[in-house]
Amino acid sequence: MRSMRFVDAIEDALAVAMAQDSRIVIFGEDVRMLRRNLFIRFGQRRVRDTPISEGAFVGAAVTAAMAGLRPVVEVMMVDFVGVAMDALLNHASKVETFSGGQWTAPLVVRAACGGGYSDGGQHEQSLWGWLAHIPGLTVVVPSTPADAGGLMFSALMHDGPVIYLEHKLLSADWLESLGAGGRQTVHFDVPADGAKGPAPDEWQPLPLGKAVLRRNGSDVTMLSVGVGVHRALEAAESLRERGIDAAVIDLRTVAPLDSELVIGSVSKTGRMLVIDEDYQGFGLSGELTAVTLEAGIAARYARVCTTGTIPYSWAEEFLVLPSKQRIVEAALRLLDR
Amino acid sequence: MSLDLIHLYEQMLRSRLFEEGVRTLWNEGLISGEMHLSLGEEAIVAGVVCQLEDGDAMALDHRGTAPLLMRGVGPVSLLRELLGRKDGLCAGQGGHMHLFSRKHLAASSGIVGASGPAGVGFALAAQHLRPGKLAVAFFGEGAVNQGMLLEAMNLAVVWKLPLVLVCKDNQWAITTPSSTVTGGTLTERAKGFGMPAIASDGIDVRAMWEAAREAIQRARNGDGPTFIHARCVHIEGHFLGDQLFRAARSPVKETMPLAGPLIKSIVTRQGVPLSERLHALTSVTRRIQDAAKDSSSVENDPVLRARRALSLDSGQLDALEEKVRSEIVSAVESALAD
Repeated sequence: MRSMRFVDAIEDALAVAMAQDSRIVIFGEDVRMLRRNLFIRFGQRRVRDTPISEGAFVGAAVTAAMAGLRPVVEVMMVDFVGVAMDALLNHASKVETFSGGQWTAPLVVRAACGGGYSDGGQHEQSLWGWLAHIPGLTVVVPSTPADAGGLMFSALMHDGPVIYLEHKLLSADWLESLGAGGRQTVHFDVPADGAKGPAPDEWQPLPLGKAVLRRNGSDVTMLSVGVGVHRALEAAESLRERGIDAAVIDLRTVAPLDSELVIGSVSKTGRMLVIDEDYQGFGLSGELTAVTLEAGIAARYARVCTTGTIPYSWAEEFLVLPSKQRIVEAALRLLDR
Repeated sequence: MSLDLIHLYEQMLRSRLFEEGVRTLWNEGLISGEMHLSLGEEAIVAGVVCQLEDGDAMALDHRGTAPLLMRGVGPVSLLRELLGRKDGLCAGQGGHMHLFSRKHLAASSGIVGASGPAGVGFALAAQHLRPGKLAVAFFGEGAVNQGMLLEAMNLAVVWKLPLVLVCKDNQWAITTPSSTVTGGTLTERAKGFGMPAIASDGIDVRAMWEAAREAIQRARNGDGPTFIHARCVHIEGHFLGDQLFRAARSPVKETMPLAGPLIKSIVTRQGVPLSERLHALTSVTRRIQDAAKDSSSVENDPVLRARRALSLDSGQLDALEEKVRSEIVSAVESALAD
């Protein structure tokens, strides 16, 4: 084991995979600066800057992937994927079905996501539920350095389109660039175990669609991805002091969803609390309810999600995004405390 | 309307001092998130916006503070928005990339290129509801590679809309030199859509005013859109704390942490040959050197350029500058007050 930053784990896994597989190419906005180490090592043919033309370069990645390349395309922030949505909604996700299973588009869309540094509602969205809604897209949201590298490794090997989302509070370079900008006068609530932690000496692909139990507990099952996992773990510590034993499941991939682990845990605790930094309505939190109900489990249920457009104001943003305080309150209500 | 250089200088200076105030508050951590300012764009903005009238609309990009300030939005209201206060222009909900003023028909977006379609829609509404009025769309040269902006240019031509498209070209799409990702020239591109294109010196407010006058007149007369291409330099780079600028200004402090991974990427086995790696390394370091190199030149500062062109005696100039300075100082004080 070694200790790595979340952002370095992603880059390290990418570098290892690129050395093994010459089909992997990176293109996107500013990638020669953002991924300068990969640019220098693997050269200008494999790391290309693009114009700010998401529709063109994400669309191009789909057929480049179909024709044999393994593109990793960077749209900077997931909010900007809106500009390229047609490529994902109507093309990347549908190739396999439309071609009768003869063809797939193995591309990785890499984007920063999430809030907590007060950058306003066009730069802090999560959108994993919105993307996972589309059949055919795999949506990955790691919460630790080990998962960040392992899931990047499996995304690169996966034979279909993968959306790889790195939360800005975990990915130190993004937070430095967009949040701090060299200032010592601003501080962020960064989950330390997420931003830096143990990583395997050699990357192995992690299975896509496999959740992990981060904390065992018998009173309530907390479910989350990304930074939400760390907020849930912090809340679970507070709840322990009040005699409540909370389990925390890190879904790791939103699609495919590991319903088996979810159902197993919820059927034991009888209480389900979803912590989702994505929007509340019509998303992951509702989907998790559906899979448990479909399994015949009548659990008590609550959710702590992003409730509306994310306000710019730092104080208000804190109230809108899931926080430890809101999670603890929701858990206490579930337990009638 | 005739060119009033004193008024234009006053507006530019006001914007400059306002944004320097914003920079201080941002550095102090009182303003959060990213901060894209118009520092260096003042001549372009003043040349256009000072000729707008009530009923004209503005489709803004992520650098909306200068256009709004010059259009008449109060500095205290703007500052309070950036401070995230309930009594800000947008109740602290929008922040600097999402500034809206319904009264001024002004809307911003943090999505590159979005001001193109927004300008078309404002111009369409003007064509229907407010004959003789127009819309202005501001964007950078990076945005002119964005499909939606090109589609908007075509739409503006075929619907013969009263739209002035203003491209503020600082030659950098964030940290990527625009020349490396842009084919052809932008004025030729605009002409290809069938609209007139004017190339203007975006550092000279008089040139900008003349270019804008021509485009605005065409729009008001119902003769369709015009594209203005104006060169400028961003004095603080893409945004405050721009990493290329920091690296250029404090090379030791900022680039030392980058050195380890860079060296590793040169020596690690498996990859392109060493000569190509060194070539790539050079292109990375050149970007750092190039990004900030034009930003500190007095020649590239539109406010200083306008000041030099004024024919005012020093007493008049001092009085003018003192008036502007005291307005901004008291605006900052009021904005911070409870």
